[in-house]
Amino acid sequence: MLTKLLASALFAGFAAGLIAVALQFAFVQPILLEAELYESGHVEHFSAPEARAHDHNTSAETTGETTDPAAENATDHDHASHDHSARPKSGIDFKRDGLSVLFSVFTFVGFALIMVAGFAIAQSRDITITIRSGLYWGLAGFVAVQLAPAFGLGMDLPGNAAADLGERQIWWAATVVLTALGLWLVAFGKGIWPYAIAIALIALPHMFGAPHPDGFNGPAPPELSSLFATRSLGVSIVAWVSLGLFAAWFWTQEDT
Amino acid sequence: MRESATNPSGVTGKDYKMTTATKTATLANTNILTITFVALLGATMVFLAGHAQSAALHDAAHDVRHSSGFPCH
Repeated sequence: MLTKLLASALFAGFAAGLIAVALQFAFVQPILLEAELYESGHVEHFSAPEARAHDHNTSAETTGETTDPAAENATDHDHASHDHSARPKSGIDFKRDGLSVLFSVFTFVGFALIMVAGFAIAQSRDITITIRSGLYWGLAGFVAVQLAPAFGLGMDLPGNAAADLGERQIWWAATVVLTALGLWLVAFGKGIWPYAIAIALIALPHMFGAPHPDGFNGPAPPELSSLFATRSLGVSIVAWVSLGLFAAWFWTQEDT
Repeated sequence: MRESATNPSGVTGKDYKMTTATKTATLANTNILTITFVALLGATMVFLAGHAQSAALHDAAHDVRHSSGFPCH
């Protein structure tokens, strides 16, 4: 039992984590990096595109932050014309991106362990796990872990204004647990009561309300923040559905 | 695999039914323990990657935290 749980979770988490981080690099990371320029004050929200490229070049030179040839050549390189400005220092930051790969895999193995524990509980109640049902498990994971917290907190782009971190983390964790319990009841409950309880559980954190900042005065532009939110939810749903499918696939393989 | 183990309670064939029941219960308990262990391991990993506020962990997991909706800073 333990071997089956660990093996399915490791393989599925590894695969989904790699998919998640690949999509993150392609679609989310450029927005994150651009937002950090606003967060650090390298770029200001209302400055013109030419001024942005100029700002960035001068600050890189004056602070001597980088010895990267790509940035040193930046003066004869028109940053405003394309989105290289989102990645000012170099194409790939091996340490930073390597750590992202590591942590994406680590996080998804964690999610996978919880999911296969759910498989085992479901199976002990005579619920069969199939690859197709893995799709639903993945969707449910996405709703519980990504969509429900994002519904209350919004997505946290660097440079967004936000409430106290500890309060947000507690709200996040409570929302994930309550939503997961609610979805479990929707999926496996019998009769009308489980549905009623499920609605209450899923609604509770939103009735209570997520912690929000006193004012919205973060330096990140709203356009960037909005794109970041939709992109990261899109990437998450792909990663979670993959996780469900892979976990169910490895789980059913281990049966034979 | 459990059948091959010697019966610790020393119950003979007469009480076979009861022994089976006990064994099933023990097996179920082991499974519950295993499942709980695996779920807690997963939750700990998610907490470390997503919530723990050590500076080194925060910096290393920063981009993943933002991209996957964890409250980061």
